[in-house]
Amino acid sequence: MTYFIKGLRGFRRGAWEMVASILIALGVFMLMQPFVLSMFSYSFIVTLVGTVMFIIVSHFPE
Amino acid sequence: MLDSSIERAARATPPVVAKRIQGLSDRAIAWLFVAPSIFLLLAVNIFPLIWTIRLSFTNFRVNRPNAEVGFVGLKNYINILTDADIWQTMQATAHFLIWTIVLQVLIGFTLAYLINKKFRGNDMWTTIIVLPMMLSPAVVGNFWTFLYQPQIGLFNYAVGFLTGTDPSAFSMIGDVSLAPWAIVIVDTWMWTPFVMLICLAGLRSIPGSIYEAAECDRASKWRQFWTITIPMVLPFLMLAILFRGIENFKMFDLVVQLTGGGPGSTTELTSINLKREAFEKWRTGYASAYAVILFVTVFGLASIYVKALNKVKQR
Repeated sequence: MTYFIKGLRGFRRGAWEMVASILIALGVFMLMQPFVLSMFSYSFIVTLVGTVMFIIVSHFPE
Repeated sequence: MLDSSIERAARATPPVVAKRIQGLSDRAIAWLFVAPSIFLLLAVNIFPLIWTIRLSFTNFRVNRPNAEVGFVGLKNYINILTDADIWQTMQATAHFLIWTIVLQVLIGFTLAYLINKKFRGNDMWTTIIVLPMMLSPAVVGNFWTFLYQPQIGLFNYAVGFLTGTDPSAFSMIGDVSLAPWAIVIVDTWMWTPFVMLICLAGLRSIPGSIYEAAECDRASKWRQFWTITIPMVLPFLMLAILFRGIENFKMFDLVVQLTGGGPGSTTELTSINLKREAFEKWRTGYASAYAVILFVTVFGLASIYVKALNKVKQR
């Protein structure tokens, strides 16, 4: 966990890619869940943020 | 004296061309060779994507080419993301996605585990198991429609034989509660071999020495399975899950052939719904926004897929 937080602070690729992947997975879950319509409404923006973040952070150093 | 292929190619180049190329740097020549591919990529992939994104902010209808096209901002996106019917379609896709992945991974891994054991006719069985994957989805959809026929279908007959129910008492593709399962069964039948092949690659990549060391430490087969086999195959399994997830999110042909999205809209997956919006209702701007939403979702999943693939490659 400490390694992960250090990675976030030091703008390391691994940690930030993990955050982006979690956002994408969350967005996909929100898109397909059968519980709340408003979660479906905000799913696209969450996936979009995650995807754009993934593209940017994949250029960070290891 | 033997010439190298480069020297022979240099001699074979017409003098006019050679004179023109002589003035170019290596970098420029490299660009000259790569440029047609880049141009083709831009024309076939990038341009339609940018055009779709542009259309998604308009009220353009392709069946009314002379009508004035108005800029509607985020209206199309807001309409899609607040539409309960599209939400329902997403749920149908989720049902299809989750169950196909669960069944394909469970059956595929079990088959791979069994095939990995050395036995007589091993290769023949692998070929037989892999056969459904090689068929066209249109063909599979067509013959499963016959298998699901309540009167003459072999599937209904088999279920009737095993459970004692009347084969004509139920219709897999005509019943609202059974149709979503009908498409899950067919996709599982068709794509389990693919998951099996990936798992088999993972199982075969485990060095035998690890199992021998575990035997020396008197680890039971059950313990070997959970502490060696599963952790070593896990990256391959993840790869299979992501690959099937992305593919099934875009599923169209098989389901159209089987149920056409019916009965009602119970098996109307996102791709089928998108096709209806674009080419039956002719709401091109709206359908473009819908396509962009699906594209971003698949692109996001593909990014995770590439990351997982690199991890597997590093092993």
